Amino acid sequence: MLLEVRDLHVEFRTRDGIAKAVNGVSYAVDAGETLAVLGESGSGKSVTAQAVMGILDSPPGRITGGEVLFQGQDLLTLREGERRRIRGARMAMIFQDALSALNPVLTVGAQLAEMFVVHRGMSAKDARARAVELMDRVRIPAAAQRVRDYPHQFSGGMRQRIMIAMALALEPALIIADEPTTALDVTVQAQVMDLLAELQREYRMGLILITHDLGVVADVADRIAVMYAGRIVESAPVHDIYKAPAHPYTRGLLDSIPRLDQKGRQLYAIKGLPPNLMAIPPGCAFNPRCPMAQDVCRTDVPPLYEVAGDHGGERVSACHFWRECLHDRS
Amino acid sequence: MTGPEPILEVSGLLKHYPLTRGILFKKQVGAVKAVDGVDFTLARGETLGIVGESGCGKSTLARLLVNLEAPTAGSIRYRGEDITRLSGRALKAVRRNIQMVFQDPYTSLNPRMTVGDIIGEPYEIHPEAAPKGDRRRRVRELLDVVGLNPEYINRYPHQFSGGQRQRIGIARGLALRPEIIVADEPVSALDVSVQAQVINLLATLQAEFGLSYVFIAHDLSIVRHISDRVGVMYLGRIVETGRDAEIYDHPTHPYTQALLSAVPVPDPRAREHRERIILSGDVPSPTDIPSGCRFRTRCWKARERCALEVPPLAVPEEFRLTTGPAAHDSACHFAEEKRVVPPEGPAASGDEPHTEPA
Repeated sequence: MLLEVRDLHVEFRTRDGIAKAVNGVSYAVDAGETLAVLGESGSGKSVTAQAVMGILDSPPGRITGGEVLFQGQDLLTLREGERRRIRGARMAMIFQDALSALNPVLTVGAQLAEMFVVHRGMSAKDARARAVELMDRVRIPAAAQRVRDYPHQFSGGMRQRIMIAMALALEPALIIADEPTTALDVTVQAQVMDLLAELQREYRMGLILITHDLGVVADVADRIAVMYAGRIVESAPVHDIYKAPAHPYTRGLLDSIPRLDQKGRQLYAIKGLPPNLMAIPPGCAFNPRCPMAQDVCRTDVPPLYEVAGDHGGERVSACHFWRECLHDRS
Repeated sequence: MTGPEPILEVSGLLKHYPLTRGILFKKQVGAVKAVDGVDFTLARGETLGIVGESGCGKSTLARLLVNLEAPTAGSIRYRGEDITRLSGRALKAVRRNIQMVFQDPYTSLNPRMTVGDIIGEPYEIHPEAAPKGDRRRRVRELLDVVGLNPEYINRYPHQFSGGQRQRIGIARGLALRPEIIVADEPVSALDVSVQAQVINLLATLQAEFGLSYVFIAHDLSIVRHISDRVGVMYLGRIVETGRDAEIYDHPTHPYTQALLSAVPVPDPRAREHRERIILSGDVPSPTDIPSGCRFRTRCWKARERCALEVPPLAVPEEFRLTTGPAAHDSACHFAEEKRVVPPEGPAASGDEPHTEPA
């Protein structure tokens, strides 16, 4: 296994109390595999990724438990200097907003070249040549000229390509992409996702795709982990989850999006709001919004039940009534 | 157009922002052609969806419709009267009837006003809409209509979540009982589960108050869900328009086809069955719109004619004699019907994706 997150806990200390952002998340990604982490804002999907990358803001953030095994090594026990050598070289991250992730006062060429100078000890000239190669690789037209441009001179899609080039520079084994196409228009989004998928296949990288978009997930993911209030509520191969979700939250999400190929029906709306992370409801965190909730849901935190999947592969659901949920649908 | 009489008629609408050089002696060196010739009609009780990518001019169009900006040329007729020429009292009267819901529920509500004051503010501007003593009661009613607890009347915007704030914005839009609501990306800032609540609310309110909507969004699935008719915008112009099934199931303009094929469908089985049209390049700058057909620089069908002649927004010749769903307005010289959205998803056929044909 390339990356294994085990029982990760992260909390934020704020003036108003302790916000429990991640409450026992476990997931795994293999080389060449795409895991989509799906969730709404505040579900803890980005915080988990930040903890894995080692870029969590701390304070106020604090990892209070768990392990992050990357190529067999627990990253959480490493010193900052050691982590810095891994970050960028062996695991890299692509952010949502390329304009704020890139340095506005340096040319993109300088930012790309820096990777090779710092991690590979190359000369400035060689590094510059590699930067042009990379920009070519992510299909930026006229790379040799554009290497001297600043981030603001690129369009949104081109900037996201530069982010991808940066992440790929040192050929990492794992890439974490946090909402990589959310800020882009659909036609550009398709270009960027295609490029990312192609490069992933070519380099056999593990990819963790963090997103709220069920459509993007269906297009590229092998497995999905659905997060709610800092926990994984369902995890399954992509075909299983769309065919028959085994958690009422997943089902609600699927039913609440309008479809391009369907029309007319009233949209299903999940009632209420996601919980406040400083006061997560006892029992199952989803129970106040769940149409299937029973007494047990208000008292007992559901464990991850194993669900028999149609397509092989591990499948789990954190719902006491996963069987009923599954059958309701099919 | 058949059906009820139009409540809003837009024709030849143009909004160019001049680009000038020099400080004292300003010389116009060009223009940002944000809206560059838009025509449409909106019937009573109807929803017209406008889709397009960022920079296509859809938000400028919204601002023109509610008279926040004056157009460079063209007319907007509300009940037969051109509202772009109005001023003073007459303009104020029209504004009562055309209201707007904004995209960002975080910046469109004044953080220092209570919810009651925000929703009640339209009554300060149009005192004839409600007598002073009755306003609090009306505001409570409005809160109830949009699904918020009327007790929240004295709270401030920061005490609400994004979805609740958007409801406040909608309540404010409804306060004067308008006939038309222009909604500019009203749900794009919201989470998926909350999005559905707001869309359902908009649909319910439309039925209840007989509202007409101009619904502007970049999300094609949402636009299909809520709209009766759809207009696809590209670089300041509507390039294709028709009833929702005509546009989504029988698109004839290459841009619409590319746009539809790029939308990720939440069904992994659609992966293998779909044809993706991936456009090359980016949208050209609205200061420098290509000659002829404005889409030709990204179009795979472009020929010489496309650079020379501007295609009109009309039923293309090929379909003029047919009556099928492909016969709708499309601004393309080489319009061709092409189905890019799989009918009801291949899921409906019940095929197992992993079984190989024997």
